[in-house]
Amino acid sequence: MTTTLIQLAMLFSFLSMLAFGGGAGVIPDMQHAAVDVYGWMTAREFLDMFAISRAAPGPGSQIVVLIGQKAAGLPGAAVSFVAMFLPSTVVVYFVARGWQRAARSAWRSIVEYALAPVAIGLTFASGLALARGTETDWLLWVITAATTGLFAFTNVHPIALLLGGAAVMLIAGL
Amino acid sequence: MGNPTTRQPSLAALFRGFVTIGLASFGGGLAAWTRREVVERRGWLDDSQFISGYALSQLVPGATNINLAVFIGTQLRGLPGAFACFWGLTLVPLIIVLILGAIYFGVQNMPSGEWFSRGLSGMGAVAIGMNLGLGIRLARRNLRGVPPFLIVTGITLAIGILGFRLPYVLAIAMPVSLLIAWLSRGR
Repeated sequence: MTTTLIQLAMLFSFLSMLAFGGGAGVIPDMQHAAVDVYGWMTAREFLDMFAISRAAPGPGSQIVVLIGQKAAGLPGAAVSFVAMFLPSTVVVYFVARGWQRAARSAWRSIVEYALAPVAIGLTFASGLALARGTETDWLLWVITAATTGLFAFTNVHPIALLLGGAAVMLIAGL
Repeated sequence: MGNPTTRQPSLAALFRGFVTIGLASFGGGLAAWTRREVVERRGWLDDSQFISGYALSQLVPGATNINLAVFIGTQLRGLPGAFACFWGLTLVPLIIVLILGAIYFGVQNMPSGEWFSRGLSGMGAVAIGMNLGLGIRLARRNLRGVPPFLIVTGITLAIGILGFRLPYVLAIAMPVSLLIAWLSRGR
């Protein structure tokens, strides 16, 4: 039990620091560790957990809570949550403080100008990478393309978009 | 910090705002929900402040949307604000995930639920589209001139299509973007 908790803590604090550009990038590493290295679950169970964490509201990286819960119950869930989120949030906190202190400096406005295209490029890149990884049906690509246009150029409520996307897939499956 | 375009929210308001974001984000799309709540609906940050925070949250490793919540909370109300935004975003989803997990582990043989996974995949596709649409919105409002658009295109192709690892792409794109910003300063 204690061994498992230590393994969970080391695994997720390590992966948290490797997760450049968001948590989705290290999902395959989580699967490898949880299924092949430590044998906490089967590959099928991991995929179910991935589906549950995507279906639930909130950050997709909460899959670590399910992995911890399966491996070591509630203590495992707690350890995994802290290990995944504490290291990166501490770094962000100090980045934000430094950013605030530089409010009036000349370099901050240059960095601000330089960050905008990087943020936007990463948004497109991660969206495309996620779509290529999860969208096996051409209809899903149509839904993504339609949503992109509607969200960018109209004020349709996002809830309506989500319900519409679910409805299209359900109707197509009849 | 006397910024005329933004208002200082209370800790309770920060917490509530991020509870809304966490609960609304079925299937993902958190960045789009965050901007909607923080910039459009509540006016706590303007677009350029949001973009800087979003970029820095992507550059720091870890879950981008949780990083973004902590960044926004720190900017607006320091350490207590960081806690308010972090727990606002994660607390309710955490409880929901734990309950769903307990149900899943209890049932063992989950009925495969074809209709459920179809509906879910549709919502996932919408969430991806929301984030791509957010990118278009941000680009239209905040990028001026050709060079920034070339950087956007380069990053998108390198990671999204060609599949290069993000740290290598950033190691090239960030210095180039800084150089362009430095050359066009004061405009």
